[in-house]
Amino acid sequence: MKKSFTSTTRFRLAKSSFFFYLVCGFSLVTLIPLFLILWELIRKGYAQFNPSLFTEVAPTSMEAMLAHISGAPIPGGILNGITGTILILSLAILFAIPLGITTGVYLAEKQDKPVARLVRSLSDLLQGIPSIVIGVIVYIWVVKPMSSYSALAGSVALAIMMLPMVIRSTEESLKMLPTSLKEAGLALGGSYATVVLRILLPSAFSGLFTGSLLAISRVMGETAPLLVTVLGATTVNWDITRPVSAASLLIWEFYNDPNLAGLIWSTSLLLLLIILGINLCAKSIAKRWKIQ
Amino acid sequence: MENSINIDSILELKDVSVSYTPGKLAVNEVNAYFKPQTITAIMGPSGCGKSTLLRAINRMHELYPDIVTTGEILLKGQNIFKMNPMKVRRLAGMVFQRANPFPTMSIYGNVLAGYKLNNISLSKTEKDEIVEHSLRSVNLWEEVKDSLNKKGTFLSGGQQQRLCIARALALKPELLLMDEPTSALDPISTARIEEMLVELKDQYTIIIVTHNMSQAARISDNSMFMYLGELVEFGTTKQMFTKPKDKRTEDYLTGAFG
Ligand SMILES: Nc1ncnc2c1ncn2[C@@H]1O[C@H](COP(=O)(O)OP(=O)(O)OP(=O)(O)O)[C@@H](O)[C@H]1O
Ligand SMILES: [Mg+2]
Repeated sequence: MKKSFTSTTRFRLAKSSFFFYLVCGFSLVTLIPLFLILWELIRKGYAQFNPSLFTEVAPTSMEAMLAHISGAPIPGGILNGITGTILILSLAILFAIPLGITTGVYLAEKQDKPVARLVRSLSDLLQGIPSIVIGVIVYIWVVKPMSSYSALAGSVALAIMMLPMVIRSTEESLKMLPTSLKEAGLALGGSYATVVLRILLPSAFSGLFTGSLLAISRVMGETAPLLVTVLGATTVNWDITRPVSAASLLIWEFYNDPNLAGLIWSTSLLLLLIILGINLCAKSIAKRWKIQ
Repeated sequence: MENSINIDSILELKDVSVSYTPGKLAVNEVNAYFKPQTITAIMGPSGCGKSTLLRAINRMHELYPDIVTTGEILLKGQNIFKMNPMKVRRLAGMVFQRANPFPTMSIYGNVLAGYKLNNISLSKTEKDEIVEHSLRSVNLWEEVKDSLNKKGTFLSGGQQQRLCIARALALKPELLLMDEPTSALDPISTARIEEMLVELKDQYTIIIVTHNMSQAARISDNSMFMYLGELVEFGTTKQMFTKPKDKRTEDYLTGAFG
């Protein structure tokens, strides 16, 4: 009796450690492409990854060619792209997050109302629309009427792309909260609005924040919708009604100009590092502020 | 309390019925009245409608559109269905079966949550006073006075439940509705909460749902026995435990079912 007990235990232990190594192995396999990409970018980009990357605007093709002939590294940086990305993203956040959170609250509260179902499916569909299509639509909605490419147009396009993710993460993190929390708030005489604002949203904060960060990092590298909305600019521009550049747009421009191609790697490296940083940040916040 | 001495019934239920699904009454025409400064225990087998009845009193059922409540409930003589629901809920504080402190708030913040939710602003001294007084009345002050800024969720289960009672008391309700507040607690925490309830009786009217008959016998003045949604028997606890009028009450109390 005792013997068979220990042998099944041993078998179970072996089985569980086998699965443990299997899972570890597969996780490592999925990590390989990430490291290969990172390695490639570092190898090719480190020479151009210097302070001027952050302090100077992108060089012209001519400047780059002259530098190439004299054997010097390509001058200039991507300041116009960095500021443009910051401008477009901040506006997009301003549009998408309040709207997304309100919609998410509505969906979490009125789960089965026909309107809620409709909104939910539309938001899911929105997530599936190719980003270039969104770009073209925003071109018609914003660029045409304003008769100018602008940071504003780009931010509308990115906001539309962020919305479904913000809505989903708000809805999901509110639904994870026990109903007892809402009941406790209302039982103290709170109005519906104060309970949502002061109890439910703060309690779901880590989920909301993580979701929003992930949405930001998702759209940060978007290029196609920006091509048809912000156009690009060779100088730093903080005017939201005028064309701007963006880090991802610069990569596309560098790719199209053999003289500038050397800058692709450092720019990509920077973009990738920022996105990885945001993702790690989101993960650690999700862990730290998780409510038991 | 200044206003409750002359009125001999603080809460009156007239033909109160509640249904979750049409045609099926979870609470069936309950009539009862509650005297101020008493503890009333609601007993009965699982599913007999105790929680449902309790939640009708602070209009909790209105959160769920499918639930239909009929009849009249008079709180201090006023029909609660003609009052603002937020006011009803402030007058009739509720303590739930599972302690549910607000996870984002400190112990201090939890006690004051009712004020925050009602947008009532208080001075620092008023706040300190309310927090200390409420925590003292649930016998929690000594244990937490040095860690008021810690999250309420860091406390033990029994402490959390006392915190939730303090949170309800902070708003100075007339009535305290408690749904099995000690069922998830160990005997020591339970005993402390029972002691506290008996002390609180001087100022509040308490209605407590309990499965624990000895608890009802220890702390309550009056008892209600419910069965299949109906109020079978309602009288003094002493009378109900010694000479129950109804056969079903007797069976329940002697452990024949439930
Ligand atoms: N949300 C609900 N939807 C539908 N029916 C419900 C719901 N809650 C309770 N009921 C039904 O209403 C009746 C009374 O339930 P209630 O929760 O009031 O019982 P209870 O006396 O509090 O039981 P317990 O002692 O187990 O807590 C039960 O038959 C139950 O099935
Ligand atoms: Mg119950």
